[in-house]
Order: sequence, then C-alpha cells, then structure tokens
Amino acid sequence: MSGTVTERTRLKSERYESGVIPYAKMGYWDSKYSVKETDILALFRVTPQPGVDPVEAAAAVAGESSTATWTVVWTDLLTACDRYRAKAYRVDPVPNSTDQYFAFIAYECDLFEEGSLANLTASIIGNVFGFKAISALRLEDMRIPIAYLKTFQGPATGIIVERERLDKYGAPLLGATVKPKLGLSGKNYGRVVFEGLRGGLDFLKDDENINSQPFMRWRERFLYCMEGINRAAAATGEIKGSYLNMTAGTMDECIKRGDYAKQIGSVITMIDLVLGYTAIQTAAIWARENDMILHLHRAGNSTYARQKNHGINFRVICKWMRMSGVDHIHAGTVVGKLEGDPLMIKGFYDVLRLTDLEINLPFGIFFDMDWASLRKCLPVASGGIHCGQMHQLLHYLGDDVILQFGGGTIGHPDGIQSGATANRVALECMVLARNSGADYFNPEVGPKILADAGRMCGPLQTALDLWKDISFNYVSTDTSDFSETATANV
Amino acid sequence: MRLTQGMYSFIPDLTDAQIEANINYAIGKGYAMNVEWTDDPHPRNSYWDLWGLPLFDVKDAATVMYELKQAKKYTAQGYIRINAFDASYGVESCAMSFIVGRPDDEPGFYLERQEGAGRFIHYTIKSYCVQMYREGQRYA
Repeated sequence: MSGTVTERTRLKSERYESGVIPYAKMGYWDSKYSVKETDILALFRVTPQPGVDPVEAAAAVAGESSTATWTVVWTDLLTACDRYRAKAYRVDPVPNSTDQYFAFIAYECDLFEEGSLANLTASIIGNVFGFKAISALRLEDMRIPIAYLKTFQGPATGIIVERERLDKYGAPLLGATVKPKLGLSGKNYGRVVFEGLRGGLDFLKDDENINSQPFMRWRERFLYCMEGINRAAAATGEIKGSYLNMTAGTMDECIKRGDYAKQIGSVITMIDLVLGYTAIQTAAIWARENDMILHLHRAGNSTYARQKNHGINFRVICKWMRMSGVDHIHAGTVVGKLEGDPLMIKGFYDVLRLTDLEINLPFGIFFDMDWASLRKCLPVASGGIHCGQMHQLLHYLGDDVILQFGGGTIGHPDGIQSGATANRVALECMVLARNSGADYFNPEVGPKILADAGRMCGPLQTALDLWKDISFNYVSTDTSDFSETATANV
Repeated sequence: MRLTQGMYSFIPDLTDAQIEANINYAIGKGYAMNVEWTDDPHPRNSYWDLWGLPLFDVKDAATVMYELKQAKKYTAQGYIRINAFDASYGVESCAMSFIVGRPDDEPGFYLERQEGAGRFIHYTIKSYCVQMYREGQRYA
C-alpha cells in the first residue's frame, strides 16, 4: 500500500486546487480580452438569481457553454485550456431593466466542428439554459466569423437565383397556404392550389402539419398539386409552384418524398423547423444538388423565441437557418396576427437579406458581421394579412419577400381565384404607385390607391370591403431595448 | 388568355407616362435597362430577343422610351418588355421586368399530358401560336 492521501503531493496552484471557485476567477471573465477576427461571439441576456454578481453570472454562462464544469478539474492542465475557455468580456445593464444584463462572450473557432450547426448549438445552447445561478437566459445575437461561415453551404438557391428561375423581379412574390390545414382529400387540395395560382399567386403552400395523414397521403397531394400547378402555368404563361412539404418521421423518408417531388416536376419543396438542425442541413444540401428551392416553415419557434427574458431570439434562428441553407423562412408580417414589433422584424429581414450587417441596436443587431457571400434567404410574411394592408406590407417589408395570404385568399366571398386576383391587383397597383413616386405609405394615400384600383377590379373591391376593419393590435412581447415603437395597424 | 408575366399584368396596360415613371425609378436606383421582344412567350423562354444592348448610365427616360418606340416599330408582332439590371454586389441580376407591349389577341398555351407508369404524368406547356406559325408570323 502506498502512503495515505495526506502524504501525496497535491496541486499547489491556486487556480487548480480542488474545490469550487468562482467562474470569473477560473478564467471565464476577461474584461481586457481582445476579440479575434475568427472568434464566434454571442450576446446573452442574463438574469442572475438575486444576489449573484452579474459578472460572475456572465462568466458562468461562458464557462458552462464551453469547457467548464461546476468544480475544478486537474485534467484541464493537459489541454491548452486558456485557448478553449470562452471569455465573457463585457457586461452591460439592459436599458430600462433592473435585473437583466447583456453579456458578451467570445468563443475560439476551434471549439466548433466545421459545417455543423448541431455542434455549434450543442455548445452555445447546450446545458447553460438550465443553469441554476441564473433565473433566465436568452441568446440575443451571434457574430459568426467568415472563417466559420465559409464551412457552411448557405441557402441552396437564394433570392437572386430563385427570382431568375421563376422569372419574377421587382416586386414581392405572392403566396397562400391551403386551408383548411387538415382534412382535404388530395383532389380537393389540388383544386385550391389551381384556383390560387390561376387567380394570380406565384405559390401555394402546404401547411406545417400537412405531411401524410390518413385523410390524404403524400403522393396523392403531390400528384394533384402538380396538375393544378401545370394547369395554372399554362393558363397564365407564368412559372408557378406549390411548396410540397417533405417533412416525415425519418430523414430517409424526407429525401424519398423530395426525390419524388423533383421527379414530377416541382420547383420547390418544404421542410419544418422541427426537423432539427442536422436534418435541415441535409435537406439543404439535397436541395442544391437537385435544383430545388427549399422553403422552411418555422414550426415551433415561438416556444423559445417569443419571451423576452428566456430562450433564443428569432434573429439568431435566422442566422442559423441562413447558414443551414434554407431558401425561405417565415420571419413575420409586422401587421398580421402573429407576434412582431416593426423594428425587430426589420432586424430579422436584414439578417436574412443583407450581404453584411452593421451594428444597429434598435433593430437588435449587436454585431458587425460579413455574410461571407452566403446567398440571401427570402423572408416569408404569413399570418393574418390581407390586401387592404398592401401599402404597409410593401413599406415595411420591401420587394424581397413572399406575401402569403391564406385566409386573405381562400376566405374571399367570391372564391379562391377572386381572392388571389384581389391580392395580385393590390400588389401591382401599390408597386406602380411606389415606383411612380407616390407617398403610398401615408394612411391618407395608400388606402386611396387601393380603393381606386378596386373600382376597376371587382374582386379587390369585395376584399377591401370585407376586411377593412381587420387588424391585430396587440403589444409585442419581443421589443427593442433601445427604442419603443407601437405596431401600426389600419 | 392574358399573359401575366412581369410586374404589371393584372392591372391595365401601362400608359407611356407610367412606363416613364418606372424608367425614372430604375434610373434613380442606378440600374441599366434594356428592351426585349419575343413571339414565343413560353414561361421558360429565358432569352427573349434583345433590342440592342442594355443601356448603361441612362440619364434620361427619353432614351429608353425612344428605344422602346423603335423596337415596337421594327420587331415582329409579339411581346415587348423592359428589364432593369442591378450590378451591385449581392444582386448582379435583373431587378425589374415589365411588359410594355402585347398583341391584341393572345391565344395562349395548352397543356400536353403524357401518361406514364402508374399515375405519373409528364406535363408540357405548348403555345398555340408557336405550333401554328413560323417565327415572325405568330401574332401578325
């Protein structure tokens, strides 16, 4: 037997003596840290437990999202641990709050596997959100360096190539989601697709939960949708599409459905965010190899993106999804039925559509970031919008967006074609007004432009009369910390 | 049928003043512009015939309007459109496209279905005019 424990040589370094020492002292806080170009940066909104020092809370977040565990481990000494430790380098109080802090944290690029969103997120949002010393935590923004972005494919098609394939430029695209969401037979479903496209829309869309249920198996839907799409294309001379949802229980099945969609001539397929990051990247790589536009429905995001003090800000999801390689993502409407402060939505759209980002605190963009030539992702505005809001939609969302009117097309009293035509005429007259220099966003001017167009177009007149009083005036939960704006509705 | 390609096909045909307004909008954005025409407006006909090269550094809508007038005069009966191109980084593509001339009668397209194995159907969009007449005579 060797000697007793007390006779052994123990580590004498203050930092590596066994026990629990504050994270800040373990090296996870460095206010002098000079950020490297290749570092991945994260901004967290931290709400420490009462009595916990904000700097220590920030250091704990840095530690728990990188190399640390709750106690000192000597095996750290076998590694270049200074390099691998994430460093909290700045902590600012959140404006107008008493218990929240913005913590800036830098991560060495080598902590993350190239081209793997799953690996990046396993660190950044892995264990740390359940850490007891903080009562709430929200990932607000990230700066992904060029070095790491270059390991990702990015959008399979991107806005520019999508427009070239569709031969549609200079105005928002128009779409609609088939309603009712569930229960239609394949043949009835294809009817809705045909009517909407024939009436003037560019796209129809499967909803997030239309996969392959007993009332309509997926092949039935795909085949009838193609009949509707091709009929409408021949009737209008335009390229048309319908997002065929290839979401399924296994990745093999997703790809099987995607391959079938390609075989029967679809220009676009669709997946849900709930597929998971690895599956989304797989689908995006498949999409580029197969000349397919890939639409993403953000199913599930509000479970973690909506509350201001905890979860993940949607702008981070936008960044991750652009890296993952989807071409479309639902990103808010400003004026519709779903959550969305105008400044926050503008920030999401900028993240998806710009080639490089500059710090813009009112929009919630905390870092300069060059997108390293990754293609641009087309935002989709969907949920409770109608043609009477066209002046607001064009003003807030610009040209590179898909305006998706589900109820606002299918709910038209004179039928789906009339609903689609109302939307298309409203869009064309508003774009023409804007390009002609009209003050179209002015609440005195925009509605008058629509009303004038309605006098020449019965379906538009009917739609304007029906939905004129519909608006969703609720206060947003996710608002800018640096400016407060109410959502304007008419 | 009415061919509904381009930015303005559901509203009445643009007047000269409205065309000019769009040209001025494009000039304001720094876009180059061109005039193209075709008598085969199949949705996947990517290359309409060019009426000259795109006009770069256009200062005045009159230049484009002149080319449009000439194109209307000298090209075969069919469709004419104006395209605008954005050369800036991140776009480098067409940024506007709208029809500014169309034939009085538009016979349109029909869908040919080739039945395959099982329920597979191969769809082909075909133009009545292209089927019936040679190039240059299709909308005469």
